[in-house]
Amino acid sequence: MQAAVIALMATAHVQAGTFRVEPGDGAQERLQAALIEAKPGDIVDIGAGRFDLTDGLSLDVNGVTVRGAGPAATILSFKGQKGAGEGLLVTSDDVVLRDFAVEDSRGDGIKSKGADRIVYRNVRVEWTGGPKETNGAYGLYPVESTDVLIDGAVVKGASDAGIYVGQSKNIIVRNSTAMYNVAGIEIENSYSADVHSNLAMHNTGGILVFDLPNLPQQGGHSIRVFSNRVEKNDTPNFAPKGNIVASVPTGTGVMVMANRDVHVFSNIIGENGTTNVMIVAYQSAFNDKNYDPSARNIVVRDNQHGRAGWAPAFPGGAELAAALGGNFPSVLWDGVGGTAANVHLKDPVLTVSLNLPAQGAAISLAQPAAYTAPATAAAKDLPIIVMPAAMEAAAK
Amino acid sequence: MRALALGLAWAGLVSASPSPQVDDALILSDALPPRLQDFGLLVDGKTPAPGVVPYHLNTPLFSDYAEKFRFMHLPKGKKAKATGDGLLDFPVGTVLIKSFGYPADMRSPEKDLRILETRLLIHRASGWVALPYVWNADGTEATLKRAGQRMDVSWTHLDGQTRTISYAVPNANQCKGCHVSGTAMTPIGPKVRNLDDGHQLQALAQAGLLSGKTQAVRPMPVWDKPESGSVALRARAYLDVNCGHCHNKAGPADTSGLWLDWDQPADTNLGIGKRPTAAGRGSVGLDFAIKPGDPAASYLVARMASTEPGIAMPELSRSMTHEEGVALVSQWVREMK
Repeated sequence: MQAAVIALMATAHVQAGTFRVEPGDGAQERLQAALIEAKPGDIVDIGAGRFDLTDGLSLDVNGVTVRGAGPAATILSFKGQKGAGEGLLVTSDDVVLRDFAVEDSRGDGIKSKGADRIVYRNVRVEWTGGPKETNGAYGLYPVESTDVLIDGAVVKGASDAGIYVGQSKNIIVRNSTAMYNVAGIEIENSYSADVHSNLAMHNTGGILVFDLPNLPQQGGHSIRVFSNRVEKNDTPNFAPKGNIVASVPTGTGVMVMANRDVHVFSNIIGENGTTNVMIVAYQSAFNDKNYDPSARNIVVRDNQHGRAGWAPAFPGGAELAAALGGNFPSVLWDGVGGTAANVHLKDPVLTVSLNLPAQGAAISLAQPAAYTAPATAAAKDLPIIVMPAAMEAAAK
Repeated sequence: MRALALGLAWAGLVSASPSPQVDDALILSDALPPRLQDFGLLVDGKTPAPGVVPYHLNTPLFSDYAEKFRFMHLPKGKKAKATGDGLLDFPVGTVLIKSFGYPADMRSPEKDLRILETRLLIHRASGWVALPYVWNADGTEATLKRAGQRMDVSWTHLDGQTRTISYAVPNANQCKGCHVSGTAMTPIGPKVRNLDDGHQLQALAQAGLLSGKTQAVRPMPVWDKPESGSVALRARAYLDVNCGHCHNKAGPADTSGLWLDWDQPADTNLGIGKRPTAAGRGSVGLDFAIKPGDPAASYLVARMASTEPGIAMPELSRSMTHEEGVALVSQWVREMK
């Protein structure tokens, strides 16, 4: 029935077919039909223009490329969305998403779950009304996947994280821009990630590396955050209360919570009112025996620091600054785990440990003191994350 | 419909004229027939063809107050197998059929019922396949709509007021959004624990359609029949059926860490004292999925009560609040120590 608009240009199954979908009447059904009828190797080619969609879209076929005419040209608008949690949901492997935009979805922008070897290239997700608590949570949301490549994405306005990778393994987030989100880029409960060459600006917090209890995958580790620009993260926290990022102080550059083996190096970090780099334990009470709440084996080195700490935006922050002679540190560790946590903070800026006695201890128990590193050697450099060649080729 | 034995007798003995003939070869093929009638499974949206038997569930999924009609067809001579309390093991060639419709007035649900859609779940050699068919306005023909469809529906509700909703026929992927375990498509409803009403499984066995056990170890109560179980048991049955197909350790919502299936122990992963994970505004400003004794401070309850996309749970097949279901779960949370 949609033959007129969805032309299968090559019918042989060995050869990739292209489903061409243009905006206009029935766009919802035509686009969703293409995403259902596509076969592995096919391309769903979405034309330039604005698609006004009423329901979330979804793709569950392996090896499909969904391609637009550019993130400023092909716009999937979910302003009138009536159902489903996200704009586009991908649940199949070897999918490439590129050159289109998702706007104003009621929930997350693009979610991929259990979608191995997924490539997000040159996509934009934006809530066009600016930062608002009623915006969707995540812009890009790959979860429970192995091999995730996000390259050249732009995300604005997410009420949780702009680019969020959760419970996944082997991840690269690069060359992307996250602005006006609560968290710019967040890696959570994940193993082996490189977050590099991104711009995280005007978020509440720029780049977060978190680990949370009571989840199927936890014990996040082996994350490198390098060569990013993390500046002017000054948007007041607009996350709905209850979410973990609602606790991120406005004006945080890089924040590491729980996790082990996280290296933060060679970034440009500055103009963040609370602090440039914050290393902390998970702070709430928890009952998960398998969960380690402290941050361990952390390295912070060779970052270029701009101004930080003139407006620490968390309870007790001002008092803490006063106790430190009015200067809030550029690099801050809560001190949980003590020497055994093996935290190495080597940047030549004011670096302080709060020396909190235990996870969950009140900030009033802090005994702040200058800190750099324990006598033990810093953890060795982490391996470079490599994606399968086909993924790199698809991201060209 | 309610009396299964009668239904079985009907299906076996009475043949309306002209009676459709089930096309088992088509069921087993890879075809995606454009017309529901091609299968020969139904006389009309709510009347089965010979060899197709009705069944019911103790506690059904809430679908915007739609009336639902469930049938199963098994290939000749084959039986479903009941081993544990979980899903029946259906042979290849099985079709599970569910029709959805609304009466003009819900206070007399038998009258002027319009069937909107019929969903098939077909067990083929390659696995289960979901096919949604949408009926035309006069209910004479249903056509395949793999991309789903929205349609406005109105009826007089139980309170005498008119309700109008934008009814959503799910697309084939959305079917999988719930009907999946790991990566494989699977039925959800016909579990031994939810079929065991004291008679139904025996009747299916007597009709030669079921082998194995005819009793559940822990049958589920009927969510709205207090005599069938405590508030806690009925709330857990309701949550299992309405949420547990996604919210379990192998389901689409496994990463939330909120697991609401029947067998989940009453711990943090059931939501008790559990903080939101990746919920965004779905937390509705609350700290815990379940705060014992305080349903108003429990986001699990708040999301069930919401109709706003991005907050409302379940995400699919619900545009209205199920007031009675919310009341039950609220009572459970209120009574929780």
